[in-house]
Amino acid sequence: MTESHTLEAADLSVGYRDRHVISGLDLTVRPGRITAIVGANACGKSTLLRALSRLLSPQQGRVVLDGRQVHRMPAKQLARTLGLLPQSPIAPDGITVADLVGRGRNPHRRALSRWSSEDDEAVAAALEATDALELADRAIDELSGGQRQKVWIAMVLAQRTDLLLLDEPTTFLDVAHQVEVLDLLADLNRDRGTTIVMVLHDLNLAARYADHLVAMAGGAIQIEGRPEDVLTVDTVRTVFGLESRIVTDPTSGRPLMLPLGRHHTLGPDAGGE
Amino acid sequence: MTDVVSRRPEARSIERVRTARLSRRRRRRVTLGAITAAIVVLAGVSLMVGHTFYAPDEVWGVILGRDVPGASFTVGELRLPRVVLAVVCGASFGLGGVTFQTMLRNPLASPDIIGISSGASAAAAFGIVVLGLDGGQVSLFAIVAGLVVAAAIYLLSFRGGVAGTRLILIGIGMAAVLDALTNYVLQRAAQWELETAMRWLTGSLNGSSWSDAVPALLALAVAGPVLLLCARDLGMLRLGDDTAAALGVRTEAVRIVLIIAAVSLIAFATSAAGPIAFVAFLAGPIAARVVGPHGSPLIPAALVGALLVVVADLVGQFALGTRYPVGVVTGALGAPYLVYLIIRSNRTGASL
Repeated sequence: MTESHTLEAADLSVGYRDRHVISGLDLTVRPGRITAIVGANACGKSTLLRALSRLLSPQQGRVVLDGRQVHRMPAKQLARTLGLLPQSPIAPDGITVADLVGRGRNPHRRALSRWSSEDDEAVAAALEATDALELADRAIDELSGGQRQKVWIAMVLAQRTDLLLLDEPTTFLDVAHQVEVLDLLADLNRDRGTTIVMVLHDLNLAARYADHLVAMAGGAIQIEGRPEDVLTVDTVRTVFGLESRIVTDPTSGRPLMLPLGRHHTLGPDAGGE
Repeated sequence: MTDVVSRRPEARSIERVRTARLSRRRRRRVTLGAITAAIVVLAGVSLMVGHTFYAPDEVWGVILGRDVPGASFTVGELRLPRVVLAVVCGASFGLGGVTFQTMLRNPLASPDIIGISSGASAAAAFGIVVLGLDGGQVSLFAIVAGLVVAAAIYLLSFRGGVAGTRLILIGIGMAAVLDALTNYVLQRAAQWELETAMRWLTGSLNGSSWSDAVPALLALAVAGPVLLLCARDLGMLRLGDDTAAALGVRTEAVRIVLIIAAVSLIAFATSAAGPIAFVAFLAGPIAARVVGPHGSPLIPAALVGALLVVVADLVGQFALGTRYPVGVVTGALGAPYLVYLIIRSNRTGASL
């Protein structure tokens, strides 16, 4: 188990130029838990994640990690505690898997230090954990989308941070790979106590894997709490503008959202509980 | 995937990661060694051949500072500064070029395509012909112009981030304007300064002396190590700004240091030998092909740049009957490659 860290945003406003994407937001990340952030497109989810990891500077308010403002911490020191996987990271042409995963060691290396056996070990562990060891010598360009995402996750695992932020880690993956990635993150949380904050598109997967669910709309948090309390018909209506039904997922016991579109809907009472 | 994330990896896995890394490094060292050897041999040949042939032991004697009749002047004062300048300019253009190409993640974003070399060149020509500046002042003027052009391109192409294609198109436009300025300035120069004119248009090593070579050498000795210190951060920038920043790279600060160091190299080399065509553009991609995509591209590009200029100068001097300026030869090599890059990006649908 790793020590727990506190990460919180207080009165946070972030934006581009004079436009606020997020204004006056307060959030306390639950240490040692999995937090999922959900919301409609352009509601500020990714912006929040970027501000938490100091890729964006706040226009107002602050982000505090263990009592220190992240925007005033040395870059490498922050990167040893807090990892971030952006939504669409760029792989340089021709780079191999082992090389890319090794980039995750950057915050642990001093300017002129040589590659250490500890670095080799971290890379090997990350490749094993993501079941990507067999890919070690392959070029990233040759991999499928699912394999590629595993490699990016291996890179942030090699970084060995106690806090991990992920921006839509399951986008572009088929359902089997989505579950595989989320299971891996759940393993990481359970075995190492890693605190995880992720933006997810899929409400149902978010409700299944998160201990704490944050629903955002219009740059503010609408509601947060246990998935059972957050994922309600009202929340789906305010956050997504969608009518829905919520049932209990028989496989996980978590809430499951069924959208009510204009077609193929049998009526309000059909098949209900 | 395995259930246990926190377990120590198996020794076999660590070994596999280690051997993969060592074999990447071995290939790199062997290739770089071969390129270095080629530079040394060809530089040696350049010192020996010419109107009069001097044997290797005579050339070696001159390099050691002994007084060798005849050779001391021809080799020591004519050929040696020329070869040193060829190596230094090649390395400087290679380093400057690959720094921009890597930083902007685009092979077309080299300083000789996007107008930075043109800026330095126009400033140098303007400084000499119109303002009557001398050596050190010209270099300084060229550096300032290079930085101003770099800043102008950056600001003009900035709209919520710098997009590669927009920056390159603006840079190409900028280069055209600056080349026109160079031409205009040279029209005003005296007719007998044709040699000088060629230098500012295509780059030339003809008539190089130690006073040309030494400032460029000093610039390389200062800015080269600065770039090498940033090599790992530059490699991280290839993952995109967000990923690099998340891995502890101070992206903005690193970018400023890289730009200043790269522009200084380009400007010093340009004020010594002119904008030797396409060397900055070619060195990085050739190096990446030869050495492979692993490790920092800086030293490979510097070596390939030096080799290109030394070879092109030999070809220009002796292979074609007339003594062509080195830039004519590198230009003839570079233009087809530029066309090839554009065709390839057209076919694959990749961005320029």
